[in-house]
Amino acid sequence: MTTIEIPRLPPGHTVRLGVSRIGYEVKSYFRQGDSVFFTFLFPLVMLTIFSVAFSEQSFGPPGSEITAAEFYLPGMLAAGLLLSGLQNMAIDIAIEKSDGTLKRLAGSPLPVMSYFIGKIGQVFATGALQAAILIIVAAVVFGVELPSEPEKWITFAWVFVLGATTSAVLGIALSVLPRSGKSATAVIIPISLVLQFISGIFLAFSILPTWLQNVASVFPLKWMAQGMREVFLPASFEVLEQGESWNLEGVAIVTGLWLVLGLIACRITFRWIRKDS
Amino acid sequence: MVSVRDLRKTYGSFTALDGVSFDIEQGETFALLGPNGAGKSTTIEILEGYRDRTSGDATVLGVDPGKGGLDWKARLGIVLQSTGESGNATVREQLTHFAGFYTNPRDVDEVIAAVDLGDKQKTLIRKLSGGQRRRVDVALGIIGRPELLFLDEPTTGFDPEARRQFWELIRSLKKDGTTILLTTHYLDEAAQLGDRAGIIAGGKLIDIGGIDELGGEGSRIPIVRWIENGQAREQHTTSPGALVAQLGEPDGLEVIRPSLEDIYLKLVGAYEANASSFPEEAERPAL
Repeated sequence: MTTIEIPRLPPGHTVRLGVSRIGYEVKSYFRQGDSVFFTFLFPLVMLTIFSVAFSEQSFGPPGSEITAAEFYLPGMLAAGLLLSGLQNMAIDIAIEKSDGTLKRLAGSPLPVMSYFIGKIGQVFATGALQAAILIIVAAVVFGVELPSEPEKWITFAWVFVLGATTSAVLGIALSVLPRSGKSATAVIIPISLVLQFISGIFLAFSILPTWLQNVASVFPLKWMAQGMREVFLPASFEVLEQGESWNLEGVAIVTGLWLVLGLIACRITFRWIRKDS
Repeated sequence: MVSVRDLRKTYGSFTALDGVSFDIEQGETFALLGPNGAGKSTTIEILEGYRDRTSGDATVLGVDPGKGGLDWKARLGIVLQSTGESGNATVREQLTHFAGFYTNPRDVDEVIAAVDLGDKQKTLIRKLSGGQRRRVDVALGIIGRPELLFLDEPTTGFDPEARRQFWELIRSLKKDGTTILLTTHYLDEAAQLGDRAGIIAGGKLIDIGGIDELGGEGSRIPIVRWIENGQAREQHTTSPGALVAQLGEPDGLEVIRPSLEDIYLKLVGAYEANASSFPEEAERPAL
């Protein structure tokens, strides 16, 4: 038998294809009506509902009351990270597994890393746009005063980047849970909703019983929301936090730990296809 | 290009492939025929690297398909049995995107023209009909200019005209030197495109050879049919002209040269008749 020499693919291939995947993924994302509504616009819809419904009320300790829009903005930004990352990735990839997209890619010379660059790039692109729209609508429509100190925006930037990455990686890991594309939303959305309810997104974290606060503190969403509160809420709100501190170190440590856990889970569980299924 | 020796695949106690061997030479089109569930797709998916074999040897382009890397995949074209993707890209976007995966892809416009989707190139794939989506699958299979093309029931859902156009496309790929492994339910398709064919039934290769050699010489003996005294008669004969001359002008006179389909049905029928008597044999106590 003759040995056939196999030409090597050019170097830089993985990154170049990864970048081409980002454009392709973002375009596909916005063409999918339900993902646009349930992951992209959902936090904006919730912010609008809360701001309008509670427009007569004020939030926070006496003397430093703020409006509903101001109060809910950080939570909605954190929810956006969860939805654009975890919920979007877990459902999207579960569907791609079952509709044959991944099987086709598995037979093509697309590197797995390029696929992931495309997915995470999609999360960053859509997540950043989502955050920008939330902040702009909050400021322009609901008159939320944005922080002017650069340190606050630096905190925002790292909480966003760390949060989006962790959320995306956890979503990729969770995509193994649904057994079919059809059940994907039914399996993933409850997980994401429960997390949002216990992590201070819809309900103020300070009103939750201590035990529930402790449960929520195991998961990263509570910390992402806390980081966002540090950025957007007045300093007088710090006393409402656990330990009466914004605890940004805690935000970095817990979210970072989940990132590492997520990466390990992806490494172990992700396959293009289930062989022999 | 492809070499398969004693390929076996079992799922628990079920044997999907039971010792299949064949070779495919460079530039050849090899058709794998057989009833549903016979093991055609299992074979092709092992060679594509999608499934692991239980035992036996397989090499595809000199590489064990279970261990083929990206460089190896870049030289293959794969058209799977079921079309896959959510289809949120247009035909042109999808082909342009996939062309980027390969070092020396075919021209996107040429491929779109070859599968006759010129007027649909800006349509989202999910909005295409089944047959049109199938043509996108074929286009994606050939966009990378593969040396070896796997076609697993490629023309399912095609209308007769689309099927003929597809045959033309495959002929032009053959002319370019592409080696092709084809599975199909359509025997005329195998006859039109295949150089050689193998027939799989019950996980075994029951016959293999040139399209004109399958079933042996005896199976190609012409059949003369006619109606005599209201009864259908038929006779196998190597000299149908003489027989017809002798018969005169009976009703319903036909001379039939068995098609590949007739030969195939006979082979598979004979195999299945054997296989159904097999369980009794199996129940005999082992000596």
